[in-house]
Amino acid sequence: MKTFTYEKATTVDEAVRDIDRAGAKFIAGGTNLLDLMKLQVETPDKLVDISRLPLGEIEEREDGGLTIGALVPNADLAADPRVIAKYPVLSRALLAGASGQLRNKATTGGNLLQRTRCYYFYDTAMPCNKREPGAGCSAIGGFNRILAVLGTSENCIATHPGDMPVAMRALDATIVTLKADGDKRRISIHDFYRLPGDRPDLETVLEPGELITHVELPAPPEGRQVYRKVRDRASYAFALVSVAGVVKVADGKIASAALAFGGLGSMPWRDGAVEAALVGQAPSDAAFAAAADALLADAKGYGSNDFKIPLARRVLIATLRELTGE
Amino acid sequence: MFGFGKSDTNALTMDKPHPDSLLDTGAQGVIGKPIDRIDGPLKVSGRATYAAEYDFPDLAYGFLVRATVGAGKVTEVDADSVRGLPGVIDVITDYKTFIRNPGQGGDTNKPPQGVADVAYFGEPIAIVVADSYEAARDAAQQLRVSYEAKEGRYSFAAYREEHDKPPEGVMPPYTGTGDPDAAFEGAAVKIDATYTTPSQNSAAMEPHASTAVWEGDELHLYGAYQMLSTDRIQLAKAMGMKPDKVRIIARYVGGGFGSKLGIAPESVAAAVAAKAIGRPVKCVMARQQVFDATVRRSNTEQRVRLGADADGKLVMLGHNSLVSNLPEESFFEPCGQATQFLYAAPNITITHDIVRLDWLLAASMRAPGEAVGMIALECAMDELAEAVGLDPIELRKRNEPGEHPIDHIPFSSRQLVPCMERGAALFGWSKRKPAAGDRRGEWLYGMGMAASARSNMLQKSSAKVSIDGQGRATVETDMTDIGTGTYTILAQITSEILGLPIDDVTVKLGDTAFPPAAGSGGSFGAGSSGTSVYLACEALRGQIADKMGVAADGLTLKDGRAIGDNRSVPLAELVGDGIAATGEVAPGKQEKETLQSSYGAHFCEVAVNAVTGEVRIKRMLGVFAGGRILNAKTARSQILGGVTFGIGTALSEELMHDPRNGKIVNRDLGEYHVPVNADVPQIDVEFLSERDIHANPMHAKGLGELGISGAGAAVANAIYNATGVRARDFPLTLDKLLDGLPAV
Repeated sequence: MKTFTYEKATTVDEAVRDIDRAGAKFIAGGTNLLDLMKLQVETPDKLVDISRLPLGEIEEREDGGLTIGALVPNADLAADPRVIAKYPVLSRALLAGASGQLRNKATTGGNLLQRTRCYYFYDTAMPCNKREPGAGCSAIGGFNRILAVLGTSENCIATHPGDMPVAMRALDATIVTLKADGDKRRISIHDFYRLPGDRPDLETVLEPGELITHVELPAPPEGRQVYRKVRDRASYAFALVSVAGVVKVADGKIASAALAFGGLGSMPWRDGAVEAALVGQAPSDAAFAAAADALLADAKGYGSNDFKIPLARRVLIATLRELTGE
Repeated sequence: MFGFGKSDTNALTMDKPHPDSLLDTGAQGVIGKPIDRIDGPLKVSGRATYAAEYDFPDLAYGFLVRATVGAGKVTEVDADSVRGLPGVIDVITDYKTFIRNPGQGGDTNKPPQGVADVAYFGEPIAIVVADSYEAARDAAQQLRVSYEAKEGRYSFAAYREEHDKPPEGVMPPYTGTGDPDAAFEGAAVKIDATYTTPSQNSAAMEPHASTAVWEGDELHLYGAYQMLSTDRIQLAKAMGMKPDKVRIIARYVGGGFGSKLGIAPESVAAAVAAKAIGRPVKCVMARQQVFDATVRRSNTEQRVRLGADADGKLVMLGHNSLVSNLPEESFFEPCGQATQFLYAAPNITITHDIVRLDWLLAASMRAPGEAVGMIALECAMDELAEAVGLDPIELRKRNEPGEHPIDHIPFSSRQLVPCMERGAALFGWSKRKPAAGDRRGEWLYGMGMAASARSNMLQKSSAKVSIDGQGRATVETDMTDIGTGTYTILAQITSEILGLPIDDVTVKLGDTAFPPAAGSGGSFGAGSSGTSVYLACEALRGQIADKMGVAADGLTLKDGRAIGDNRSVPLAELVGDGIAATGEVAPGKQEKETLQSSYGAHFCEVAVNAVTGEVRIKRMLGVFAGGRILNAKTARSQILGGVTFGIGTALSEELMHDPRNGKIVNRDLGEYHVPVNADVPQIDVEFLSERDIHANPMHAKGLGELGISGAGAAVANAIYNATGVRARDFPLTLDKLLDGLPAV
């Protein structure tokens, strides 16, 4: 861990003002950042502690949606009765992640920014374009069991490890931010993450010093909601494949579908082609297979993660059966 | 210190059976009882002091610096690059003295020294010392080191054809009988299958840690070690000192599982640094360093051939293993250990060869040999049962040997068949269905079983027991308690033989100032150190009888009183200022004249998800026979831990070595997957009554590693029964099953 200075922000305006130079970072729960700092994967020279800001509430909006403060802990969000009743896919995704202790500390805003668990990203002795653009990618040609098969580039095949953001993509969440100059932004989660391309170090569209203050969920979607996570042990492991699904069946046909995926992509994955293959169709194995074809048409394995492609197909089909079954 | 009266030594070499046991005639009634750990309250309240928790005035903190090439030479450690950083005291390199890898358990030679040449990625080459742990870690991460890299041997697959025969270890590398190749050729039913298991890490909760303090020319090392009497010799020799100038203190150890049998690199580095800066130095290995630079279980490639007649009787048994280790290291994973005596076969071949790789040290990890060897053997037996059309238990019964099939010596005690029969009844084994015959919704259910065996060993061990003027007993030995319950069972043995309430017994362990003991390893700790305490107590009993003026066999000791000749006298009155005795035990002819092993049978029910291949263990049950059970609770806990290890071996644990430099890729507990609570189901454990008069005067055999032996095979056999998929490349992660599962 490199030496850093530490400031406690008491207001949101103060927090964005205190982020006054490159190399400074916000810290809330610290469940990911502190680990990375100990390994010198992250080396901020200043931390602005936002954990005491008044961003810990979940509020209902007039449009029927929820506004979630960026500092709402994962545990509280998962246990909120409105979330359980109206957005069960989100509650289940949260509970599928990490451990009870971590969920007590991890925050909504921080969890959106969780960094990859690529083995090589974590070891500063190995080249990694995400840590140091241009250094090279050790995961290509190395072990990549847990890494991505969708949205990769020749520079990076890291997976986004989260569960909560996957559910939020299926729910069409909006991320509300405050920039250093005082401007507020509302960013659709679909525009929030970036593909690695040749700058895998840049993972979101957030500008330096921009603070996530809230996440908005639109009014609850109609239909059935499911989160299914497949991993290497029964708990406390990152997804090999996960599916967040919201599907409505009416008059024997799929009226609407929102499907997002974890463990597969360089970011929480959602592909309109998957849903297009389903909407208007009667639920059937043929339709589900077409959806899987659409999802995996451009999937590329890198050796030890090849199995994710057939696994994703199987999991998607089974999940669609669950979403559309009697 | 209170004054001791008469002191004597009671020595026993186990040359003859020992039919009588004072544990059968004791009147206190505590032996075998499920007594809570006497050190438990200290541990749960944070008052048990572990190696990393000792504090000293002027203490400095050390952080190891690792080599970041897989093979080559260190050309420069640029200490000036970090010397000016805040809090940094110095960078210390001592290429000649630092050890390149840990010592092997029980070895009285020093571990290989010299770190200018890099033998594996992650080898500790220097230590940074600073006023805080954080400052030392920061400087170690920033330190500039230059190398002359060279080509290395990093891939087992690439070098598996090149291998050599190791020297004798705990067993001969090559052994057997008859003409196995011809017998296999002529067998009516044949199984020829190759099983692979990956490198593993013990993943003990407590990382390796040493705090080195120099008292003049004496070194005191607060360490996390399992076998202090030989660790002291290893450390002394590495430091160029006499052993009596080195004292190791390890009163509490947070798990070892073999990784702390020999000294590890942090000990020598801390000692060298403490001397160099003239201050005590504490060096705690980070979790990643424990993965990089301590001990792994070797990966294995095991070919098992079973030839049987049409009735399932074995005519040939072959178990040929390829394992790996660093050049010049003689340790080999003895996969065929239990294969030597588990089943009757007239023709047997068991071999072990080592592939030399530039990977970190391979050494003993919990049940070296059986833990992975019995996976191969017991899965192959399951395959044979299927091929012959027999129930797996019936197959094993038909091959139950009457004596050691190679050495033709009798078994000291053996209840494998009763364990299987009792386990089958308790588990409901008769409800097992044919392979892939029990689908419930998305889940495929199946049952599997496997035999368990772990060789029993006796090691030299000594202990001193004294009774003070208040009639309270104190046990002193450099035995360790690595979480197993040693404090408690030694107190129970003392309490039972001396007739003292257990609260009147104090056990002092983990300090080389005490008489040398066997240490914790190889499941020999309880039998060896327990016998030394038994012998000391037996001598004290003799002294008390003398003071009472009665014959020892006419003396009853109970509740702090000596009873005999129609008198009942408080011990405190009898012993005056106090009495003491030393017990010493050594292995003898009994270990050559009998085959000594503990046995058991594991049963497992799994559900495998037909879509994903995820495995969920629904329940496990084991029945075991390990001689006298000294404490029913700590014995059960040992089995539970072992079975959990077996679940990890079967399903998830795998160290990945990068084929480009040999480095451990998954070097934290986030990605090295030990089972978590959700992976471990209800586990039922039952012990059969047994006494082994050939093992030791307590009639107890080893248990610590019995739980892991065979457990993974029971899981794998259940997966086969559930799915009809026979995967042989461990761990059985879902991708290994996917191709064989029903179409979605």
